[in-house]
Amino acid sequence: MSPMAAPTTPRTGAVVARATGLSKVYGDGATRVTALDAVDVEFRRAEFTAIMGPSGSGKSTLMHCMAGLDTVSSGSVRIGDTELATLGDRQLTRLRRDKVGFVFQAFNLLPTLTALENITLPMDIAGRRPDPEWLGQIVTALGLSERLAHRPNQLSGGQQQRVAVARALTSRPEIVFADEPTGNLDSRAGAELLGLLGESVRALDQTVVMVTHDPVAASYADRVLFLADGRIVDEMPRPTAPAVLDRMKAFEARGRTS
Amino acid sequence: MFRTALRNLLAHRTRLLMTALAVLLGTAFVSGTLVFSDSVNKAYRDRTSRSLDDVAVSVTSTGGGPGDAGGLGTRTADRIRALPGVAAVRPSVTGTVVVADRHGESAGNEWGSTGANYAPAADGKDRRYPLVEGRGPASAGEVALDTKTAAKTGVRLGGTVRLAVDGPVMTKKLVGTVKTDDPRVGAGGSLALFDTATAQKLLGTKGKFEELVVTAAPGTDPNALTARVRTVLPDDAQARSGTELAAEQSKAIDEQTGAIRKTFLVFAGVSLFVGIFIVANTFTMLIAQRTREIALLRAVGASRRQVVRSVLIEAGLLGLIASAAGFVLGLGVAVGMRSLLGSNGAELPDGPLVITPASVLSAVGVGFLVTVLSAWLPSRKAARIAPVEALAAVDAPAGTRSLVVRNTIGAVLTSAGVAIMLYVSTLKNARDLTVPMAGSVLTLTGVIVLAPLLSRPFVHLFGRLAERVSGVSGRLARRNALRNPRRTAATASALMIGLTLITGLTVTAISADRGIDRMGDQDLTADYQVSTAGGRGLDPATARALAKLPDVEAAVPVRVTGFESAGDPAGIRGTDVAAIGKVTDLKVLKGSLSDVRGKHVAVSEDYARKRHLTVGSALPMTFYDGKRATARVVAVHSENDVLSDVLAAPSFVDPHLDRVRDQEVLVKAAPGKADGLRAPIRKALGGNPAVKVESRDDLRRSAAGDIDDVLYLMYGLLGVAVVIAVIGVVNTLAMSVFERTREIGMLRAVGLARSGVKQMVRLESVMIAMFGAVLGVGLGLFLAWSGGHLLRTSFPQYEMVVPWGRIGIFLLLALAVGILAAAWPARRAARLDTLEAIGAQ
Repeated sequence: MSPMAAPTTPRTGAVVARATGLSKVYGDGATRVTALDAVDVEFRRAEFTAIMGPSGSGKSTLMHCMAGLDTVSSGSVRIGDTELATLGDRQLTRLRRDKVGFVFQAFNLLPTLTALENITLPMDIAGRRPDPEWLGQIVTALGLSERLAHRPNQLSGGQQQRVAVARALTSRPEIVFADEPTGNLDSRAGAELLGLLGESVRALDQTVVMVTHDPVAASYADRVLFLADGRIVDEMPRPTAPAVLDRMKAFEARGRTS
Repeated sequence: MFRTALRNLLAHRTRLLMTALAVLLGTAFVSGTLVFSDSVNKAYRDRTSRSLDDVAVSVTSTGGGPGDAGGLGTRTADRIRALPGVAAVRPSVTGTVVVADRHGESAGNEWGSTGANYAPAADGKDRRYPLVEGRGPASAGEVALDTKTAAKTGVRLGGTVRLAVDGPVMTKKLVGTVKTDDPRVGAGGSLALFDTATAQKLLGTKGKFEELVVTAAPGTDPNALTARVRTVLPDDAQARSGTELAAEQSKAIDEQTGAIRKTFLVFAGVSLFVGIFIVANTFTMLIAQRTREIALLRAVGASRRQVVRSVLIEAGLLGLIASAAGFVLGLGVAVGMRSLLGSNGAELPDGPLVITPASVLSAVGVGFLVTVLSAWLPSRKAARIAPVEALAAVDAPAGTRSLVVRNTIGAVLTSAGVAIMLYVSTLKNARDLTVPMAGSVLTLTGVIVLAPLLSRPFVHLFGRLAERVSGVSGRLARRNALRNPRRTAATASALMIGLTLITGLTVTAISADRGIDRMGDQDLTADYQVSTAGGRGLDPATARALAKLPDVEAAVPVRVTGFESAGDPAGIRGTDVAAIGKVTDLKVLKGSLSDVRGKHVAVSEDYARKRHLTVGSALPMTFYDGKRATARVVAVHSENDVLSDVLAAPSFVDPHLDRVRDQEVLVKAAPGKADGLRAPIRKALGGNPAVKVESRDDLRRSAAGDIDDVLYLMYGLLGVAVVIAVIGVVNTLAMSVFERTREIGMLRAVGLARSGVKQMVRLESVMIAMFGAVLGVGLGLFLAWSGGHLLRTSFPQYEMVVPWGRIGIFLLLALAVGILAAAWPARRAARLDTLEAIGAQ
């Protein structure tokens, strides 16, 4: 277990991603579903944000819209200086390649590529050479030095997710989105991965946004955003697992009465 | 969930659609062949029975050599006519008559330019040739034509028709037009009718007939009549009853259509064989995709046998549906085959499509069996799926089952096949084709078994190239192609089979073609060859007329007949021996040609060896006319295809000819004058449509043209197998794209553009197609090299020529096929919704 530095004040900096009045609507007429309802949110440099909420609250949709994986119905999404709402598929693809890193719950890796090739995949797609020093630093930090020539099926679940994290970090993206990155891991491997994500924020000044439903996972973040019915209903700085759990319970109770 | 299920179902249906299409095409080919041959057979029989309707007895001559009309004369006809029960006797005379069309060229093709006698019955009409206009020819100056030929000449009734038999051009007055069901005329020939005496004079011998057709009076027993007719026949004639004749003809028809049927079924078999790969591949992939589902079935208590049965039932249903549809398509194929063969010059009678229960059963049965058998191995794989695999959380890595056993078997088969073929390549003589066939099949099978092993170096090499050109898409394509070598190999093998056959046939055919060229180049030095349509021969005056032309250096006539020496048949040519060296490349090995005169002859090297002859030997000969002579050998010359086996002065050959005619006149132009000589030659021949004037290029081209026609027909027949193989490539790619949905979603998420995804699928497709093509071309070349020279047995000029141009075209086509096959799967892959793809189960 990599030792976490003693709790420090987040050195939050400039806004790297921002949504203003972001709405996402699916379907029409009777089947119309509002997944996101005029969300305003900002993510700052070197900040680790967890997004929580019950199923159907829109947390995944928010992440997909912020990451340029999904189109928005109205409002504005910016990563750095780029407005995503007006981009076409080609430009969105390029943006994801150059400015965004991804860690999914599972199937992050191409089975035909080695760990190293998976890590450098976005850069290979872009036709850029990775910075060897930076790459070495990340690989070492994630404890993957001995595993680089392995194929995904020769790696444990935790190792696979660490390769995914390495891939997300290597191209020095503006922001990393992680979608339930510990969902398929046991608690030990999960804690390890979350620690590494936190470290990337503190040591490498990386911006990380993580969607999760696990209060323990959320407690690794600098702040937690709570979503319900497509709106941000609450925010908790410096969360702890029990506090998050309490807050979630409160929402669920409210959800049941409404 | 519903959406995913629905999408699965739709994808499932399209996945099986490609496989069904492969089976369907193969079955359509089989049923098309069966229906086609049944229909043609029926049409032939109908026509035969129609033309034999009123034939009670047919009397033909048995004696004499070729061109001998035999002993059927007017007296025999009169005797038969006097027999009780005879209603009529129709004497017939036929031969080659060339009619000039409005441009002075032959109105009919070479073998269909027919002449015959118009033999009116008591009512003044000839039933064989129903009149359309005018009347039948009644005197020497009159002619009747079939309506089609009459139209080509542009002559109206009362006008003058120009025609020729084997002499100079004649003119006759057109007095009538007729209909005919003569197959040769129907297939592009022409028909000219004369009164019987004129026909005998022009086409046969005065007072003699070729055939006497006896019509029976009502109520006469044809067999008894045949017996009666036999009693009045001369020794050299035979009588056959109408029923015997019909039986003979239907046997001939069965043989003829049976041969076509067999040839086409071989190609249909190739198509079905290729289809096996696609079906097997599909079921292997389906079962891999359903591993968890099947494991669950096993976990809840399904037996292995039940799992196997469920797979086979699925295959059986697919096979039945596809074969039934294939049969329907086959009806269209049958119609297509008729026009394909028709355009290649085969004359096929019209008639309805004949669909027999046997052809329905065998076509659908074959399609069904092929599908079920192809699914059998994959179904065994399904049975081996363990119940615990239902619980496996992670997708099993792609099949990396060891290939050791497979590679060992493949290596053994391939080496055995190659060893046999290397042995075959040392053979001088092949009467028995079993060994080369077995060697070829063994080599092909071995390479198919070895294909997964061979795919690795190829894909690596090609992949490096692809990676250099298109970066990461190329690398991903390479890795995907190597991911499941069995799948890549099976897909490529399907294409390989077609290309092996195509390459092998092309190399052999082109080499044979060059051999023919070389033959012409080697042996013939004349600039033009003048001969007659149908080979009736030229009047000796022709050569004399040609020799007088200003730019002609030599016009050498060649007469031909045959003889036997100690029971061994051979050919003898009579020619102007002094001039023959100007028109052929003749090397005298022993003796001197100038001694050839009277009974002194020259023989070819091979014939001398065969009959142990040398200068001074005596050669006893029995000519076709039954007369004997003993020649003395005075010279031995090198092998020459224009002149063999014995060369003599015309005076030695002429007495044994039925009619003194030159088979051909070889014309050598004065130096530098060859090009312009065709028109003066034609003019000197009086614009005779029956005479062919061919330059050396023409001769070469006509031989080459035949080979090309056959080759293109083969391409067409093998094309079906190639199309099925292409469907296989589409099928494999589409299924792979389906399997890799998540990966593609992930690639899109981390920044691979749609175009990159497309390129990845396309490159994989090109790699598979090129792998199949390179293997096929390589194997085809090897088989053509090792087996092709067996042709030298009967064709000494054969020497292997590799048509690199054409092979380059095949490889380019394979490249195009790869790109084309990827079009739809690549589009699908690029269009995948990234979010859905990531979430796909």
